Amino acid sequence: MSDKIKLAALFLLSLGLIALFLFDHLGGNWDYVLPRRTAKILAMVLTGSAIAFSTVIFQTITNNRILTPSIIGLDSLYLFIQTFVVYVFGSATLALMYSHVHFLISVGLMVLFSVLLYQLLFRREGRNIYFLLLAGIVFGTFFRSMASFMQMLIDPNEFMIVQDRMFASFNNINTDLLFISVIVMAGISVYFSRYAKYLDVLALGREHAVNLGVAYETVVLRLLMMVAALVSISTALVGPITFLGLLVANITYQFIRTYRHQYVIPGSMLISIVALVGGQWLIERIFAFTTTISVMINFIGGITFLYLLLRENKA
Amino acid sequence: MIELRNVSKRYGNKKVIDSISLTIPRGRITSFIGPNGAGKSTLLSLMSRLLAKDSGEILIDGQEIGQAKSNELAKKVSILKQSNHLHIRLKVKELVSFGRFPYSQGRLSPEDWKHVEKAMEYMELEDLQDKYLDQLSGGQRQRAFIAMVLAQDTDYIFLDEPLNNLDMKHSVQIMKMLRKLADDLRKTIVLVLHDINFASCYSDYIVALKDGKVVKAGSTGEMIDAEVLKYVFEMDIRIQKFDQHKVSIYYL
Repeated sequence: MSDKIKLAALFLLSLGLIALFLFDHLGGNWDYVLPRRTAKILAMVLTGSAIAFSTVIFQTITNNRILTPSIIGLDSLYLFIQTFVVYVFGSATLALMYSHVHFLISVGLMVLFSVLLYQLLFRREGRNIYFLLLAGIVFGTFFRSMASFMQMLIDPNEFMIVQDRMFASFNNINTDLLFISVIVMAGISVYFSRYAKYLDVLALGREHAVNLGVAYETVVLRLLMMVAALVSISTALVGPITFLGLLVANITYQFIRTYRHQYVIPGSMLISIVALVGGQWLIERIFAFTTTISVMINFIGGITFLYLLLRENKA
Repeated sequence: MIELRNVSKRYGNKKVIDSISLTIPRGRITSFIGPNGAGKSTLLSLMSRLLAKDSGEILIDGQEIGQAKSNELAKKVSILKQSNHLHIRLKVKELVSFGRFPYSQGRLSPEDWKHVEKAMEYMELEDLQDKYLDQLSGGQRQRAFIAMVLAQDTDYIFLDEPLNNLDMKHSVQIMKMLRKLADDLRKTIVLVLHDINFASCYSDYIVALKDGKVVKAGSTGEMIDAEVLKYVFEMDIRIQKFDQHKVSIYYL
């Protein structure tokens, strides 16, 4: 099967699942059900694409296929920002604050954080991407600890609001943010198109990329900023589920056996959409909401991760 | 022409390159020789912008490399390091086609493919072109990487120990091919070599390095000399003449 046919098949499969999710058990209340399901689908498509996209870029930059952007603490930072707002200003502010403004501030802070992390470590001599990762792990732990520290101190009712954002769930999607997420996502895609050609070369590693004329530092910084923005979209919409990225990126590498990102990226996005929409459909119609998608993702993702580790160990 | 003026580089407190000034002539083969840790590979990495220098100037055709646009420089200078581990699975042909990236930005024209074919032909890789790199022997893989550099079609070619992993036959073949590139196409080739006999038989100029400094630089004839080599390598080396080439005997 050629890569184009595989992509087409994935596209049809995701369309089919979306249609199934939209029209299955529709009942009589079209006016009520359809708009709600559409919003949910849109959120899943956005989240799924953002996660797959960011993970593939991140793995290519780091030349490592068992990492996700969460390793540099991006989703911990997002939760920290949410907790911090509630801690300092109270949940009323979070609820009343114009959600778009809040969203844009969060995205901005996360992009800023990735730039700072990069400037702090990567520009220095040594230039080792693993320094960036290690520092990211430390920062991530720091943000997570700070967030849980603040969560201990705040009023339990306020904590409920924060907790709501701590776990990924498609049952309480932040629908206010859908529109602005679409715009941000479109912006990133346009910006990305200028850098898309570099990804294949970056996959060869730094030295080959520099030899082939890629302005390595600049390109990697730009891509990292895009990763940060994409992670904030997905985290803002449903919560931290970057584990999904690990899952779909590696399934994609197995399924589409090419190094070329023009196939890998759309492929991973489609697989991600299939996994999310299909998974959510299972949860709603088969498991009747007895579990959540993040539990399923962590379950399947954990097994996949162990499998990958064992296989790498053998190789 | 490549000119280095007072180039220095330190790792932590250790000076790996200590104020080197050097001129490398155009259209010739120049070999860097010296003991382990002399700074040969570091110097090559500095000259090809893989590493940033701490001070000094490196001019290629009169232009400071720090100020050149990376993509333009990639059409002029190419480098191959000694270890080339890839994290992705590539076919030989795909790897070689990466050499055209500076020109094609990933969209190869028929013209680009011609260069790719020619480079593979040069390195006798036609039969292997659809094989994955991890299916090849060390020597075949090395040839594939050299083919990628050839496809890049640059005036200056820097190779860091290109004979690593190669058997005698392929070592000689590659050195002959490099000689041809210098003689026929006026390419400037700079090599890091461990085997001083290859340096003696195939290069025009030799630069001897030790402890981050240039001990001596000059034509091959004056460099392959018992006195010079004794100072550089700290061992007695006998030199014999075979035809017009000087060969060093250091095994005994």
